[in-house]
Amino acid sequence: MKKECVGMLLAGGEGKRLGALTKNLAKPAVYFGGKYRIIDFTLSNCTNSGIHTVGVLTQYSPLLLNKHIGIGKPWDLDRQKDGVAILSPYTAKEGGNWYSGTADAIYQNIHYIDQYNPEYVLVISGDHIYQMNYNTLLQHHKDSEADATISVMEVPLEEASRFGILNTTDDLRIYEFEEKPPQPKSNLASMGIYIFTWSVLKSYLLADAKLKDSSHDFGKDIIPAMLQNDLRLYAYRFDGYWKDVGTVQSYWEANMDLLEEDLSMSLNNKNWRTYTHDSNFPPQFIGESASIKNSLINSGCWVCGNIDHSILFENVTVYEGSSVKQSILHPGVKVQENCNLDRVIVMENTVIPANTKIITDINEEPLVLDQEIMETLVSQQHLKGVSK
Amino acid sequence: MNLMGLINIDHEHDFLNELTYFRCGAAVPFAGRYRLIDFTLSNMVKSNVQDVAIFTRRKFRSLMDHLGTGANWDLDKRNGGLFILPPDFNDPTDISKGDLQYFHNNRDYFLRGRASHVLISGSQFISNSDYQEAFKQHLNSKADVTLITTRIPELEQEHNSCLRVTSNEEGWVTDITNDKANHQLFTGIYILSKDLLLDLVDDCIAHHKDNFFLHGIKDNLPKIKVQTYKHKGYGAFVNSVESFFRHNMNLLSIDTYKSLFYKESFIQTKNSNEPPTKYQQQSNVKGSLIANGCVINGHIENSVLFRGVTVKEGARVKNSIIMQRCTIESGVSLENVILDKDVFITSGQTFIGSKEKPYVVAKRKIM
Repeated sequence: MKKECVGMLLAGGEGKRLGALTKNLAKPAVYFGGKYRIIDFTLSNCTNSGIHTVGVLTQYSPLLLNKHIGIGKPWDLDRQKDGVAILSPYTAKEGGNWYSGTADAIYQNIHYIDQYNPEYVLVISGDHIYQMNYNTLLQHHKDSEADATISVMEVPLEEASRFGILNTTDDLRIYEFEEKPPQPKSNLASMGIYIFTWSVLKSYLLADAKLKDSSHDFGKDIIPAMLQNDLRLYAYRFDGYWKDVGTVQSYWEANMDLLEEDLSMSLNNKNWRTYTHDSNFPPQFIGESASIKNSLINSGCWVCGNIDHSILFENVTVYEGSSVKQSILHPGVKVQENCNLDRVIVMENTVIPANTKIITDINEEPLVLDQEIMETLVSQQHLKGVSK
Repeated sequence: MNLMGLINIDHEHDFLNELTYFRCGAAVPFAGRYRLIDFTLSNMVKSNVQDVAIFTRRKFRSLMDHLGTGANWDLDKRNGGLFILPPDFNDPTDISKGDLQYFHNNRDYFLRGRASHVLISGSQFISNSDYQEAFKQHLNSKADVTLITTRIPELEQEHNSCLRVTSNEEGWVTDITNDKANHQLFTGIYILSKDLLLDLVDDCIAHHKDNFFLHGIKDNLPKIKVQTYKHKGYGAFVNSVESFFRHNMNLLSIDTYKSLFYKESFIQTKNSNEPPTKYQQQSNVKGSLIANGCVINGHIENSVLFRGVTVKEGARVKNSIIMQRCTIESGVSLENVILDKDVFITSGQTFIGSKEKPYVVAKRKIM
């Protein structure tokens, strides 16, 4: 079966900097935006871009992620001959290994890609929030007759040293790639979205796999090697919303961004839907004493308190007299009477006992709470940065 | 011993005025995200029913669109599943009349099904229940037929068209009437064996009858043994605009909402993949039931909003039912109103109905 373009979605990352949020699950499976998991945004981009062959590379704590993806039904990726495939590390006749880097993960699945004999391979990550038509990127790749095309976005020059920066000529041909440069020469940051001409990438993957001291990473090894050999690498400028949710702070910010009225990305965009599972909870019940502003609330919620600038996932209960501000409440959370939460992320099924007051200081990362942390907090009565 | 399902909506005529201009009653939206048929269908699935047939003849496009393959109710199966069965008129020897046309022409549905008994229902009785207990009682009592009944202490206008059941102390039915003074109402749901069903169908057709329940069961009352099973928990008949409006509004009381929705298994419906509802800066929502995908910047009080409704700043919605994807522009004021799907209310307008006679706006109208 011949496919023009196969998508490879890197979803094996642990997401260490997300702390308790990734204690039991992979970063792409973390809840996001009131109804979704982070990976839904990239999977939906694939569907909406007409990329129907998607290999998802999993490794770290994959149970919930695998269950979520299933046979790909919410994204119309349950297809007869292609669709979604979960590609986990495996053993074979010649032994087996964990994926030791992003390039190694693709290298170990060359046989998966070869089944479809594609012209191009799209490499994306399952931990970014954005809506993007990969077809436009592919078209750009074809038009510039590139060997590889990297999607970039402009970042403020003073922040550029936090990103992988691409130095390009005026026609966007890349001549240099610098990972987190102290003195950035350009403000074009790599978004970790690549299109490769498959025959070219394959030869580089095979060569890289033989190098003992390589970290087998796209940014650190494959792209620099291609640049060294003077291949045609082009940047593709993306000017929409894009956010890497790598830390608790950026996870919180990206969620709060969804509440902005003038954000270029919208969950309500009928031409670019974000798909996920729907667990069939009844409509949300808004009580007589409720007050809700600037918030996203999912079905099954029961709200009798004040909600402002917050995101409530399904089946959350907020009782009378409680106030929830700038917070994210994951499914099944119960906030009992007269609580006050501000800048807090509460994980699945946690019960916040009555009269609890938790306010994270504006200069600190929002506090992440699960039932265990909550119980410790209650027994200690207070903790640094938290008043109860 | 197990059950197969039959939802017979042939006799449910256009009972909701504007709301049933373009669709059958079973496909009318209810309670923020459901259609009336979802309750019966979900209850059947919950009762371990593997096959469900729907007898329908008219205005079923919207119903078919809603049900699809039955996947949302786990009824997309290798064997059995969901069957939408309009009567087929191809049999030249067919002399059947009324709803017996369905039974006669879809005999294969019953013969092929592996279940021994049939659970028959309409779509107008709204509840969240499991019929396995009723089935168990049916088998234990060795009844030929078991009717699910409900006792209504205070009768309303919607109960006028319901049949009443008179039974003795052991629950055996002595009469089925239209006696307005009787508070024991038939829910339209009953259980009987497949063999008896097919015998009664043959008998009815042979005698030129046209209503399976009235002629097959009610008229055979002394001959066949009919038991009653009393429905427990929330139950409501929706068979008029007034009762449709009132039962939607009743769900705004915490107890009613909980008794219908807060149970082990939820009522299933078609997934629509709407995002969570967005409450904006000016939103002021109280005592309401809101489905996903809405964008709200106005005042909502004591109302039911279906999926994807937009309410602009300064608009006021009170005691109203707003169906899917309606747009209410700024400055609009609505009270005791039912807006069918895709209605657009331009800014500054006011529409007020009464509780007894809500103002109903038909689908896709621009006001």
